[in-house]
Amino acid sequence: MKRAIDFGLPLLAIAGIVVGEIMGLWIAPAERHMGDVYRIIYVHVPAAWVALLSFLIAAAASFTFLFKTSWAADALAEAAGELGVLFGTVAYILGAIWGKGTWGVWWTPDPKLTAMAILVFGFAGYIALRNLTEEPERRAAWSAVVAIILAAGIPIVWFAVRWWGGLHQNQSTRDSMNAFMGATLGINVLAFTLLFVWFLRMRYRVAKAKIDEELSEPPEQELA
Amino acid sequence: MTSSFAERRPASLVAGVRAVINKDLLLEWRSRARVNATIFFAFLTLLLFLFAVGPDTHIMAQSAAGYLWLAVLLSSVLSLGESFRMEAENAALEGLRLLPVDPKAMFLGKAIANTLFLFLLAVILVPVTVAMCGVEVQGSLMHGVAILFLGAAAISAPGTLYAAIASQVRARDVLLPLLLFPVLIPAIIGAVKATKLLFAGDPMGDLGRWTALLIFFNATYWLLCLLLFGRVVEE
Repeated sequence: MKRAIDFGLPLLAIAGIVVGEIMGLWIAPAERHMGDVYRIIYVHVPAAWVALLSFLIAAAASFTFLFKTSWAADALAEAAGELGVLFGTVAYILGAIWGKGTWGVWWTPDPKLTAMAILVFGFAGYIALRNLTEEPERRAAWSAVVAIILAAGIPIVWFAVRWWGGLHQNQSTRDSMNAFMGATLGINVLAFTLLFVWFLRMRYRVAKAKIDEELSEPPEQELA
Repeated sequence: MTSSFAERRPASLVAGVRAVINKDLLLEWRSRARVNATIFFAFLTLLLFLFAVGPDTHIMAQSAAGYLWLAVLLSSVLSLGESFRMEAENAALEGLRLLPVDPKAMFLGKAIANTLFLFLLAVILVPVTVAMCGVEVQGSLMHGVAILFLGAAAISAPGTLYAAIASQVRARDVLLPLLLFPVLIPAIIGAVKATKLLFAGDPMGDLGRWTALLIFFNATYWLLCLLLFGRVVEE
């Protein structure tokens, strides 16, 4: 079963991305107002969604670790935190290109953009903290605290930037999105999610193996 | 055998908090090195922002609130780091842990002492900012004091927790701002906006909203950091 998942998951994810992107780049019609630039949503939206999911998993796993010292939860938090930064950065770069094409600016103080920036930079600090702390117990507890604090701030960020940005328009394209575009986006989101699950499983195994090795090491002998 | 020592109950939370505040403020007062150095660093930061913008007084007056809070924020990293560096020296943190004091008292004491210090810093910086940027202050004094205090408290709650973590890690000077700044973005937005309205006037009546945001930020992080601090200093 495990081998079937290991083999099938990447195959399914890559096939989904190939099909989804062919549909998105060639078959789906151009958007009425944005033209071809809009096609970037077929990678941008799935990447942003996966990044958010990843941060959510990292926060939930961190919460679990603080309540019952579970090393599996710690390893999962490490894996999810890293993948969140990866996919978040991808979503960011693609979003900036889209923003330049449609609104004429690379960046704008929008709640979604700012919240994502805080999460990406916050979890970059989280990764740095994990890399700089050797002791497994301390590393796990401290990084869990950092992840929970980051997650708790998101609602505040949302309101702060909403008020700050003033009359910022909502980038909804729902009225101009036909059923085929919706299906194409759905396939891409699904394929990216599968890709993410595959990445997460692999990264989790590495993290868990590293922690198991650290915990099994005999305590260092003090030099006389 | 029950000695009077064993029967002694742990110190109450309030007594513990007061003891930690007194200890920190006394240490500051005895040397005054951190206070002096940080205040001058803040002035210098302010000056550098003004050089970076150039001599346009109109832009300077418009962005004065932003410079003020960035100067406080950058100085806070120094003073927060210092407040735990002295605990890391001579294993003073171990000593504090051995005392019959709740880690919550340690957090509250440290965070309140840091808030008082940052508030003092902001109070000193305001007249300098106003004079250098040519701001004509429109808001009331009471409201100004409240905003400065809320801003200082907002930096201190996560700042104290993260300084406690960073002080026990290699490369703590890089780590503290890296952990702290992303979390503080909404607080900085709120404090800058509110201060700007106090400087330039508030025709739309938006001040209450930004004050509420700062209060909400403080309530969330003081509570959360209080609950989590025990996990950061435990052995």
